[in-house]
Amino acid sequence: MREVRCAKWVVCALAVAVAAAGCGGGGDSGGGGGGGDGSGTVRSSWGDPQNPLEPANTNEVQGGKVLDMVFRGLKRYDPKTGKAQDMLAQKIETKDSQNYTVTIKKGWTFQNGEKVTAKSFVDAWNYGALLDNKQKNAYFFEYIEGYDAVHPTSGKATAKTLSGLQVKNDSTFTVRLTQKFSTWPETLGYAAFAPLPRAFFDHHDAWVSKPIGNGPYMVGSYKKGSSMKLKKWEKYSGPDKAQNGGVELRVYTDVGTAYTDLQAGNLDLADDIPAAQLKNVKQDLGDRYINQPAGIIQTLTFPMYDKRWNKEGMEKVRRGLSMAIDRKQITERIFEKTRTPATDWTSPVLGDDGGYQAGLCGEACSYDPPQAKKLIQEGGGLPGGKMTITYNADTGSHKDWVDAVCNSINNALDKENACVGTSIGTFADYRNKITDRQMKGPFRAGWQMDYPLIQNFLQPMFYTNASSNDGEYSSKKFDDLVDQANAESDTGKAIADFRRAEKVLADDMPGIPLWYQNGSAGYSDRLSDVRLNAFSVPVYNQIKVN
Amino acid sequence: MGRYVIRRLLQMIPVFIGSTFLIFFMVFALGDPVAALFGDRAPDPATAAQIRKDLFLDEPLWKQYLHYMSLTFRGDFGTAFNGQQVTELMADAWPITVRLTLVAIAFEILIGITLGVLSGLRRGRAVDTTVLVLTLVVISIPTFVSGYVLQYLCGVKWNTVSPTVSPEAPLNELLLPGVVVGLVSLAYVTRLTRTSVAENVRADYVRTALAKGLPRRRIITRHLLRNSLIPVVTFIGTDIGGLMGGALVTERIFNIHGVGYQLYQGVLRQNSPTVVGFVTILVIVFLVANLIVDLLYAVLDPRIRYA
Repeated sequence: MREVRCAKWVVCALAVAVAAAGCGGGGDSGGGGGGGDGSGTVRSSWGDPQNPLEPANTNEVQGGKVLDMVFRGLKRYDPKTGKAQDMLAQKIETKDSQNYTVTIKKGWTFQNGEKVTAKSFVDAWNYGALLDNKQKNAYFFEYIEGYDAVHPTSGKATAKTLSGLQVKNDSTFTVRLTQKFSTWPETLGYAAFAPLPRAFFDHHDAWVSKPIGNGPYMVGSYKKGSSMKLKKWEKYSGPDKAQNGGVELRVYTDVGTAYTDLQAGNLDLADDIPAAQLKNVKQDLGDRYINQPAGIIQTLTFPMYDKRWNKEGMEKVRRGLSMAIDRKQITERIFEKTRTPATDWTSPVLGDDGGYQAGLCGEACSYDPPQAKKLIQEGGGLPGGKMTITYNADTGSHKDWVDAVCNSINNALDKENACVGTSIGTFADYRNKITDRQMKGPFRAGWQMDYPLIQNFLQPMFYTNASSNDGEYSSKKFDDLVDQANAESDTGKAIADFRRAEKVLADDMPGIPLWYQNGSAGYSDRLSDVRLNAFSVPVYNQIKVN
Repeated sequence: MGRYVIRRLLQMIPVFIGSTFLIFFMVFALGDPVAALFGDRAPDPATAAQIRKDLFLDEPLWKQYLHYMSLTFRGDFGTAFNGQQVTELMADAWPITVRLTLVAIAFEILIGITLGVLSGLRRGRAVDTTVLVLTLVVISIPTFVSGYVLQYLCGVKWNTVSPTVSPEAPLNELLLPGVVVGLVSLAYVTRLTRTSVAENVRADYVRTALAKGLPRRRIITRHLLRNSLIPVVTFIGTDIGGLMGGALVTERIFNIHGVGYQLYQGVLRQNSPTVVGFVTILVIVFLVANLIVDLLYAVLDPRIRYA
């Protein structure tokens, strides 16, 4: 008898313990914003921004989200088409594609009441370019005359301001570039070109802990490392007013956790679906799952500084390798269609008018194992009979697809270990090895566009000595075509030139285009009109809360 | 007693210096972190050099370490990459993790010891076997599995609690994560208590107490339990450091912005001030907890004396 009673007691105790301690801990801890009256708050997932939230110092998506809400620049990329459209700019005029006169619209103010003038822009750009301020996006200003003096490659800055920028009056300033660059005005939609109020310079620390901008949202409270509450700025004078009452950004350390919170109804918008959930996401969210191209392309770059990869005939080998990769199968099996096989060196977000052209790469990017094997043999085979693909092991689970690519190459060559993947522990170390030119074989490279222009996909990566030309590819033909395109004042003709330059890449194959990366997001049924822009950042101001 | 404590405290100094240097060295060995700040893009050399200079990364390792230590003694633990003071991060993170650990320990003590005593008194009977099997199951499940499963069941399926913890991390939201953190230790506490109680229940002094006609309740709490608790206290003491460090997994699952979160972030971004600062405090917590455990022995067992 005693025993039975005791056993019951234990079970009860356990049950009570689990109920009380585990599952009974206060039902409504979700918190969050009310809704229903159009003033609801969007609760959205966030990651801790890597850098202080200065416009010219933010080079990743998490900080970019905030800047996109708090700032408006001269131009803004249309969330749907990615085209640069005038925002603060009244007009940007040029006669020679090198000297520009910028006129800004009247009536815009910052959230502290200060007027947005030509000086707000010029001061902000000077700050961004100056070496002493260590802004990571300083290179955005490199085409402006005087950049060498404020941002020399070594040593100290010899000037404080860019000589190419002149304030004419309150609403006009002029820009002189170092070279002809016809599409330059279209780069101005990037956050680095945002205007800054005096408060940024005068009370910098206070500004950084609570940024003041001129966009549809203002920062209500910012608790670094955990959350930011943005509220609709009622006095916003632009055309794209916020359609909701505000946005609460919550820091998640783990995308999986954010997804769980979305399922539990504690979160409205998770803008990165964890790889492990891709199989279930359609079932869980139905049409509240977004999967659309982002301005990111993944490539395998060849170390052209290595003689073995750059000698005569190797272009055939490089092309052959490209044809040996079964992109379709890898994107379907490993990435669950969150990547699209690449057939050029740009991105679908550019649209056909912007320079994207499906199939431009031609047969060099289509899967054809017999032809691949033939080409590689004609070109003299892999250097030393084998190759490695290098990747970093700490982020992005690159191992899976690198192994799959190698597998695909090995199958095409009928050799077991012709291609193997090698990993480098940390991303930082990986980047250091690339910068120090220590790569012995192709390595993975991801390129996220700065602005939706075909120029941004080609010039930084493949132009001789360009900033991100990690493979040290150099082709006079390619360079000439890019120069010609930049000097062309007619956008259509410029794009035709860029496309011809791309054809050069298809022949030389200095980097194999693998696939276009998609941006993904899922949202709760409280929201409607959710969409990602060309940078995979949710267009918060259009979101409606039901 | 006083001299003993002072001796122990002095012993902490070399441990402190050694461990900070080791951690500093390990983070340093991961390589130059500045390149990662620029993403997939080649860093602009001038900007990168400027950042390295500001963070003392252009100096040799020993100089960096000395510089760091000299700052530490002035109460300045350096800056994280996002411009925040590490001390600021600590002020935010430590209270949360301490709360989480307290919840876990309270849970361990209350349930673990109760279960241990119950099964120890009923050795070999159904209760005992059930508890043994249950603890075995708990011990064999890794924390991240139990974490995700409980989070999914309680948070999503039955929707009884919020699956994640808000930034302020109030106590009631920490209950579920606390259970997850403490679950494995709970099983150990149960087993330790059980063995110890089962052994002592046949000791002479218990028989004497029974013979004297003392009430059963008093025998268990005053005589049996007090004598059986020494291994349990040792375990809980050393476990405090483990719980705080182990929170790294749990804090990620439940999105708690505590020590584990900051450490994870610091390691990911190779920010040595953050990592070293937090681990240093963890080391101190560990040392102090051990000292307290040693002192508690004397309280529990009068035969133990410190000179």
